[in-house]
Amino acid sequence: MSDGNQGGVDLKVVGQRPIRPDGVDKVTGRAQFGADFHLPGMLTGRIKRSPYAHARIVSIDTRAAEKLPGVKAIVTSADFDAGAAGEVEAGESHAAMKEVAANCLAHGKVLYQGHAVAAVAATLPEIAAEALDLIEVTYEVLPHVIDVEEAMAADAPVLHDDMYTKGVTPKPGKASNVAAKHVMGRGDVAAAFKAAGVIVEGRYETAAVHQGYIEPHACVASWGADGQSTIWCSSQGQFLVRAMVAKILNMPLSDIKVIPAEIGGGFGGKTTVYLEPVALALSRKCGRPVKIVMSREEVFLASGPTSGAVMDVRLAARMDGKITGAEMTLKYQAGAFQGSPVNLGLMTAFACYDVEALALTGYDVVSNRPKVAAYRAPGAPMAAFAVESAIDDLALKLGMDPINLRLLNAVRDGAKTVYGATVRYSALVETLEAIKASPHYQTPVGKGQARGVAAGFWFNVGGESSAAVHVDEDGGVTVVSSNPDIGGSRASMAMMAAETLGLPIERVRCTVADTTSIGYSGSTGGSRVTFATGMAVVEAAQKVVADLKRRAAQTWECDIAMVEWKDGVATCTDPAKDVKPLSMKAIAGKTAKTGGPIAAEVSLNAQGAAAGFGVHVCDLEIDPETGRTTVIRYTAAQDVGRAIHPAYVEGQLQGGAAQGIGWALNEEYVYGKSGLLENASFLDYRMPVASDLPMIDTILIETKPNPRHPYGAKGVGEVPIVPPLAAVSNAVSRIVGKRMTSLPMSPAKVLAEMDK
Amino acid sequence: MSGVDYLAPASVADAVSALRASAGSARLMAGGTDLLVQMRGGRAKPQVVIDLKRIPGLVGIRCEGGGFVIGGATSGAALGEHVALKAAWPGVIEAANLIGSTQVQGRASLGGNLCNASPAADSVPALIAAGAVCIIEGPAGVRAVQVEKVQAGPGKTTLAADEILVAFRLPARPARSSDAYLRLIPRTEMDIAVVGVGVSLTLDAGGVCNAARVSLGAVAPTCLLVEAAGAALVGTTLDDAALAKMEAAVSEACRPISDKRGTAEYRTKVACVLARRAALIAKDRANA
Ligand SMILES: Cc1cc2nc3c(=O)[nH]c(=O)nc-3n(C[C@H](O)[C@H](O)[C@H](O)COP(=O)(O)OP(=O)(O)OC[C@H]3O[C@@H](n4cnc5c(N)ncnc54)[C@H](O)[C@@H]3O)c2cc1C
Repeated sequence: MSDGNQGGVDLKVVGQRPIRPDGVDKVTGRAQFGADFHLPGMLTGRIKRSPYAHARIVSIDTRAAEKLPGVKAIVTSADFDAGAAGEVEAGESHAAMKEVAANCLAHGKVLYQGHAVAAVAATLPEIAAEALDLIEVTYEVLPHVIDVEEAMAADAPVLHDDMYTKGVTPKPGKASNVAAKHVMGRGDVAAAFKAAGVIVEGRYETAAVHQGYIEPHACVASWGADGQSTIWCSSQGQFLVRAMVAKILNMPLSDIKVIPAEIGGGFGGKTTVYLEPVALALSRKCGRPVKIVMSREEVFLASGPTSGAVMDVRLAARMDGKITGAEMTLKYQAGAFQGSPVNLGLMTAFACYDVEALALTGYDVVSNRPKVAAYRAPGAPMAAFAVESAIDDLALKLGMDPINLRLLNAVRDGAKTVYGATVRYSALVETLEAIKASPHYQTPVGKGQARGVAAGFWFNVGGESSAAVHVDEDGGVTVVSSNPDIGGSRASMAMMAAETLGLPIERVRCTVADTTSIGYSGSTGGSRVTFATGMAVVEAAQKVVADLKRRAAQTWECDIAMVEWKDGVATCTDPAKDVKPLSMKAIAGKTAKTGGPIAAEVSLNAQGAAAGFGVHVCDLEIDPETGRTTVIRYTAAQDVGRAIHPAYVEGQLQGGAAQGIGWALNEEYVYGKSGLLENASFLDYRMPVASDLPMIDTILIETKPNPRHPYGAKGVGEVPIVPPLAAVSNAVSRIVGKRMTSLPMSPAKVLAEMDK
Repeated sequence: MSGVDYLAPASVADAVSALRASAGSARLMAGGTDLLVQMRGGRAKPQVVIDLKRIPGLVGIRCEGGGFVIGGATSGAALGEHVALKAAWPGVIEAANLIGSTQVQGRASLGGNLCNASPAADSVPALIAAGAVCIIEGPAGVRAVQVEKVQAGPGKTTLAADEILVAFRLPARPARSSDAYLRLIPRTEMDIAVVGVGVSLTLDAGGVCNAARVSLGAVAPTCLLVEAAGAALVGTTLDDAALAKMEAAVSEACRPISDKRGTAEYRTKVACVLARRAALIAKDRANA
């Protein structure tokens, strides 16, 4: 492995598998999650939610509830700043604050079942529950629409009468549920189809699916008498929570301190706020701390799933398998407010392939469902499901091996993406080849089984991050990260600092700081933390090394160029000096004599994030009489740059694959005729349980470290949820004997197809 | 959940009088794996919880007259560890042991599974197929009722408000008898049966079936005993024709709803498939 990275040849910590620093607390129950925080005098907050899919709020009468002893505050959207506007960076997108506010507490209309209408804070949970029943909301029920294509129809009930489709000229004369039309493309698509040796086409459909994090949303908010406030919460970004709450309650940022709790899963779903502004508004009204914790039912009803989609795709190819052109139309559910990741679907759909002519259209469509939130590689898995299914059709039509077909079309460095970026440091070809050579792919498909293959892409981002490295007086080191750790990033931060400083990993601890204790950082999202915040950590550690060398030179009275820092020890290379090496511990113990405490903080805007590619292969079997699918063997290979902590990278691949398999087979939001969600529980929202899956084998491709990162890291957390939908479906289609075009492929659906 | 009284009476009589005294505001509790979930979710709001597990006979398994008497509140884990019971009634035990997870098994009981009256309760079709009898005690004394007579509809039983299911009686087993239970769930555990089927049968020395009972779960408002399905097997060696006849009887008996867990058509189809498979497993076990 040769590259131009710092320390690329002789890494001591990076690439090892030290014990997870947050592991013991998590398995012993000592870790403090969002709901674990208590304050004296704290009240319980509860939220009154809409029982209807779509209704006008005629009135909210809180008088009876206010009279109930123990009720201390009640808020509605009138308690939010009416002028809340503008946008806030939210992980992988920008959030329009007017809509975030109206999602936290409905304004004028409720747009989905479970939409928050009012909130109460009371001395006991039972009193809060009773108060909710006493709040009288009068609704005028409106016709609703759930299905994305029905929502696009001319006669559909319109959710927002001020929504005119963006991206069409001239501006439409009528409000509709189509928030935006996105168009992207290049080349002469018509010519490509005219000249094509072979054409495949299909229409695909996926259901809305939830991130399914184990920890429901939870927060405690405490308003100070002088307006200075503190929020403890589980989120993917303490700075994001601060920014959103400040806008919604019209407060200066510096008056809000957000303390991140340990987080029990996010997967993108915790890159917005639901409870925090409500809890702080309640606390502001009564002067006492307020805690709100969602139930699982509330999580399903009112926190973001990701979009269900309807997709049409057509491919034109030569008889040798080279894809020459493609057309695609994506219709993504946004939920009740605009902002589906359909544009990301368009950008990623063909990102694995070098296709000359592309015509891509996307529609962002609102309907009476909860507002979607980011979910691992937002927008990409659905689009990849359609494209990778179409490519599987092409392989079948041409009688080609699915890996060879993908190799023929794979993007290589220098290629241009449809959104204008140039492909760099990519290892899709190596990843495909690794799968081809893998023991899994080399083993013949078992009797009665079938195999599916699919590829996937995700951008991975960089952006604004801060980190600090503090040398403790005993020579140990504290790393201060600005990002909540949702995937093991504390371990990676500590490891990169240890590597740079030449310390054993046991001497380096990493903590996640609150908004007042470290510089600003974007959220934990976009697979950016190990890359961007990691870069800040390494640069801060490098500053510390420079400072340590300076102090050694000062002590030895030698030129700093004559000081070498290695394995945590300064050595003087000046043969004229007869001095003993100075250890970290020795320097740290005498800082008063050399210039004071040793610490460095770096804030940066990390550029040069490298995209990642994944290729998955899935073997499965189906009970022909019940339609029930069993995944037998699964391998995920991924272009990861360099794995800082390989076990956590493997964990990301396994977790993404597990969620993708659930998406493919059983997960879905089920709505009844009245527009109400019928399966708002883990019993009937069927995520895979451990016994449903085989061990997910992983192959980490480290042949192309990212030269823009000190240790070669690329983002790894999102790519692995992109290929599984099609990897599973391509295998199921093989057994069923026809193309499966609709997810989830539940037993009933598969049996119906088999029996047709 | 504040303000709930907890009682743990030491006799059935005390439990019955506590039930009477509460005038409908009390709930019996065995393992609590249904009841406590319902209380937390706000669906059950009892003022008194009467724990049955301290009552002698409510927990435990005894052999009696060649058969077994199983206390109504005995946990699934205890059932699974009883070697003789498991050998005689593998279908009943596999059904009971399918309930929930290891943690749930430490608490969940047959009595709770039956009296919760879910049409998808796993152990109930197996108990019905087995011909199990409930021993029920109330102010008027003790009565014995076939398991299939206990469920009255989703969440409803034929027990009076002051009656307690004390035990199940499983009859003595003739030679070459066995049973089996199968369910369909999209996942592998922690799920609710889309369809469940219990089959119990006895073969004669020549391998001809001379008694059979077939019971279905999750295809009607209550678990069903399908007498015609059992009858289709009697007098046969479970050949294809007999199995087809049994499947026809099963299909005829199914009255499922279409819901988020499965369509009526799917449930009916799968009921037939599982009935055939369970019958063949029971036959193999009987022959073993
Ligand atoms: C995580 C989880 C998974 C589960 N999985 C399954 C599953 O796979 N299959 C399945 O069938 N069920 C499942 N269940 C439901 C439940 O565990 C079973 O129904 C169990 O058998 C109930 O037994 P229990 O002893 O806990 O009943 P309890 O909760 O104690 O009682 C249930 C009901 O029966 C009444 N009752 C209890 N005992 C008596 C008695 N002796 N006389 C009269 N009335 C009585 C109670 O008042 C209550 O109404 C699951 C539950 C959970 C929480």
